[in-house]
Amino acid sequence: MRLTVKSATLLGLVALIALAPLFFPSGFYYRVGALIFVNGLAVTGIVILTGWAGQISLGHAGFAGIGAYACALAPVHWGLHPALAVVLGAGVSAVLAWLVGRPILRLKGYYLAVASLGMGILISMVLNNERALTRGPDGIEVAELGLRAVLKDAGLELSNGQFWYFLCGLVLLAGAWLALNLHDSPTGRALRALHGSEVAARTVGMDVARLKLQAFVISAVYASVSGSLLALQNKFITPDVAGFMHSVEMVTMAVLGGVGSVFGAIFGAAVLTLLPQVLTVFAEYEQLVLGAVMVLVMIFLREGVVPSILRKIRGGGE
Amino acid sequence: MKTFLTTTALVALGLAAPALAEIRIGASISATGPAAFLGDPELKTLEMLVEELNAKGGINGEEIVLVAYDDNGDPNKARTFATRLVEDDEVVAIIGGTTTGTTMSILAVAEDAEIPFISLAGAIDIIDPVKPFTFKTPHTDRMACQKIFEDMQKNAITKIGMISGTDGFGASMQAQCKAVAPDYGIEIVADETYDPKDADMTAQLTKIKGTEGVQAVLNPGFGQGPSIVTRNYKQLDVGLPFYQSHGVASDGFIELAGAEAAEGVRLPGTALLVAGLLAADDPQKPVVDAYKAAFEEKTGTPVGTFGGYAHDAFLILTDAIARAGEAEPAAIRDAIEATTGLAGTTGVYSFTAEDHLGLDLSAFRMLEIKGGQWTLVE
Repeated sequence: MRLTVKSATLLGLVALIALAPLFFPSGFYYRVGALIFVNGLAVTGIVILTGWAGQISLGHAGFAGIGAYACALAPVHWGLHPALAVVLGAGVSAVLAWLVGRPILRLKGYYLAVASLGMGILISMVLNNERALTRGPDGIEVAELGLRAVLKDAGLELSNGQFWYFLCGLVLLAGAWLALNLHDSPTGRALRALHGSEVAARTVGMDVARLKLQAFVISAVYASVSGSLLALQNKFITPDVAGFMHSVEMVTMAVLGGVGSVFGAIFGAAVLTLLPQVLTVFAEYEQLVLGAVMVLVMIFLREGVVPSILRKIRGGGE
Repeated sequence: MKTFLTTTALVALGLAAPALAEIRIGASISATGPAAFLGDPELKTLEMLVEELNAKGGINGEEIVLVAYDDNGDPNKARTFATRLVEDDEVVAIIGGTTTGTTMSILAVAEDAEIPFISLAGAIDIIDPVKPFTFKTPHTDRMACQKIFEDMQKNAITKIGMISGTDGFGASMQAQCKAVAPDYGIEIVADETYDPKDADMTAQLTKIKGTEGVQAVLNPGFGQGPSIVTRNYKQLDVGLPFYQSHGVASDGFIELAGAEAAEGVRLPGTALLVAGLLAADDPQKPVVDAYKAAFEEKTGTPVGTFGGYAHDAFLILTDAIARAGEAEPAAIRDAIEATTGLAGTTGVYSFTAEDHLGLDLSAFRMLEIKGGQWTLVE
């Protein structure tokens, strides 16, 4: 019996999240794991948008910024529970993505890349300059989620690192599961069809603009939730989270691992999150190594690391 | 599966077992990235001092091991490295946090783990309210404002214009100056801002120049922005007394702005910049001279205020460890808090349970640039 891509990906993720801690020599690795999962979640959104619908966004960090600052501001100003602030951030991101995407995605081509680039920069500027609200470039403290204390009362005592590792892992798992369900749904098929040929998709009666818009909104929610998780975990957030480089990082992770595959994208997130930790010894050459890795992957493994390797393995068997 | 392999590689790198009789000190510094001009001298200073101290036999016979990471000025990375220092490298204290953002990230980890942490960043929020394990060496931006306003008061200046950078440093100092200005009877009649990456600030300066009653101009900011403001100020021939912040207290500023444009600019700086002009009985003179000589010989570049912050952090920490007699985080913390009259390059430090900065206004010297050189204002 052959496993479907969906069950193989989910099983792989579950095994990874559950078993990896057995190999952790210290609490620090929980932190790295949690970061990988947070980045993996954002990158899963990129897979839906870029890998399946074929649209490119260079402003997704803006949505992460909205998610992060929702968690920083809503509990203080409106007395909202941080968990609800995550939902609020996701809602605001979705509405904004809809407003930006609706006029832009009627056009054919790469207009979304430019529009989202501008949008991301605007969000970052607002976070930097609206000092009365966001406290500006020095950043702002974020309220405690409080879930860890609840778990402790229920008899499950986790260290801070462990708690965020498993929470982020579970959210990533849920995110990957939803994305993989979408992949096999009529909407997912339609998205992949329009990626293949927009003209053909239109000819068979698909509402191309609406489909692209759906993908953009969904991926914005993924980015927003990842930003929220980062803010709640760090308990402190600066406008850097919405910066242009963070947007580029998300796209790079997806492309490196394989933008058409959820598992591949999460793998890309893992590599690019781990590299700076492995490369601390030659921190000065970190950018150089990253660049070289990207160039080599683009030349030799054009679909991204995971899909290319899988193809090679299958190609040998078939 | 690749992840496992990489993790195993990490394990191998991280698990260099600590030898006996060594004291592990951690640092997360922004040696590259947008704050590199602060972080680079800080890291070089720490490396130099560790080497120096070990050559002299360490502290109480124990060798110092510095575990330093470069956080690129990214608060998220700083938090990761702080976690790594605490959980994996098992350091007894952390120095670092070049910027306020990275400091706030490290602070949360250090306080959680109850590890003493000495920050190199300016904002007052770091030590106000006082957190048990967090200390810092630079003066706050509020103190810089107070020092400048004191000087203005002496010169009977009551109405000023401000032009501030919108980066963290400029924004924070702008807010602090506005808060303390009334205490000195000073009114801010013009309040302009610029983006740190702007190439020209003539428009804002023209507006300030045209404002009724302005008697002096103050420019909180760091990096290249203030140099451009200073050049534009000269080009527009504003002609009013011009004050810069401690953010540009380095020879690099005079070089960038040009000696001609910088002529007459006043700013609050540290003893380090005017090492040659200090009185022979100045308590800071020996430490300033020693650091200046060692740093300039080692790196071939002039000393700056920022490397001095790292120097003082290391001095306070090693002094505390020596007095504590044991390299235990709680004992080190108590010893730091008990520090009195320790002369550093930035000022003379005396910490208390209520004061984790340990400096007062006297640590600042009012400096004026004359003929491309720093001079003391009496």
